[in-house]
Amino acid sequence: MPVKALPIVGVILVALVIAIQINTFWSLEFFHVVGGGLWTAIDLFVGLIVGPIIGRMSIPARAEFTAKFMPKMVVIMPTVVVMTLAAGFQLALKYGNLNPGALNHGWLVASFCIVGVMAAIALGVLEPANIAVLFEMNKPEPDGEIIGKLMQRFVYTAGVTGVMQIATLFIMTRVASH
Amino acid sequence: MSAPAESKYATYPPIAETAVVALALVIIGGVIMASYVPRRPPLLAPTALLVVSGALMLGNVVVLARLRDFAWSTFFLVARYALIAYVISAGMIEWAFVKDHTRGAPLVVVTLMLVIFATDVPLIIAFTVARYATRGAKTVPATAS
Repeated sequence: MPVKALPIVGVILVALVIAIQINTFWSLEFFHVVGGGLWTAIDLFVGLIVGPIIGRMSIPARAEFTAKFMPKMVVIMPTVVVMTLAAGFQLALKYGNLNPGALNHGWLVASFCIVGVMAAIALGVLEPANIAVLFEMNKPEPDGEIIGKLMQRFVYTAGVTGVMQIATLFIMTRVASH
Repeated sequence: MSAPAESKYATYPPIAETAVVALALVIIGGVIMASYVPRRPPLLAPTALLVVSGALMLGNVVVLARLRDFAWSTFFLVARYALIAYVISAGMIEWAFVKDHTRGAPLVVVTLMLVIFATDVPLIIAFTVARYATRGAKTVPATAS
C-alpha cells in the first residue's frame, strides 16, 4: 500500500504547491478544510475509538490488524497534515490574521502551539513506532510483544492528541466566525 | 507484559528521547518564528533554542556512532528513505518562508532549524526500527563496554 499510494501523494503535494502559488481563497480553503477535517476526524476516531479496541485485542489479532492498518496510516497522516498546515498558514497570511493587531492573532499563535505539541508527538513518538511495526511485520516471525509494546505509544498519546484536536476545533471555528 | 520482549532485545542510551527533545526545541523555535510572519521576528530565543537543539543532535550522533552490535544496515536503509521524505518536507516549509518574504538572518535561522528537523526525524525513525532489529546482549556505547 505505501508504495502504490506514493504517486497519489505526489499529485496531492504538487496540487498543494500550485494552490499556494496561485494563492486563491478557494484553493487554500479546499486544502485546509479537507486536510484539517480528515486529520481531526481520523485522529479522534483512531485515538478514542480504534485505539482502545486494539488495546483489548489478543496479541496475534492486534498484530494482524496493525499489519493492515499501519501502512495506510503511514501514507495518509503525513499527507493530510502537510495539506492542512501549508494551506492554513497561507490562508492566515491572506486574511491578515497573522498581523499583530488582528483579532485572531492570539488564537492563531495558540493553534501554532497546539500543532507544535501534536507535531512532536506524531514525528517523535508515533511515526517511528508505525515504521518499526511495519518492519517487525515483515520479519519471518513477527514478535507480537514488540508490536504490542510499540502500539502502547498510541494508547499513551491518544488522550493528549484528543485534547489538542478538540482545542483545534474550538480555535478554528472561533477564527472562522470572526 | 513487556519485560520478556525487552530482555530479548538490546538496551540503548536514550538516543530517541534526546532526539525528541531536540525536535521539540526546533518546533518551539519554529512556532516563535512563524508567529511573527510577515514581520521580522526577534532572533534571540529561536537562536538559543537552535543552538541547544543542535548540541543535543551532535551529542546524539556521537553516542549513536559509538554503539556496537547495532543493526546498522537496517538503520541506514530506513534513514536513507526517511531522509528523502523529510528533506522534501523541509524544502516545502523553506519554500513557504521564502515565498512569505523571510530574508537575511531570520531565513538563516529557519534554514538551520529545518536542517535539524530534516535529519533529526529520520534519526528517530531509523533508530527506533534498528533497535528492534538488533537481538542479543545488552548494547552500550563502546567506551562503556
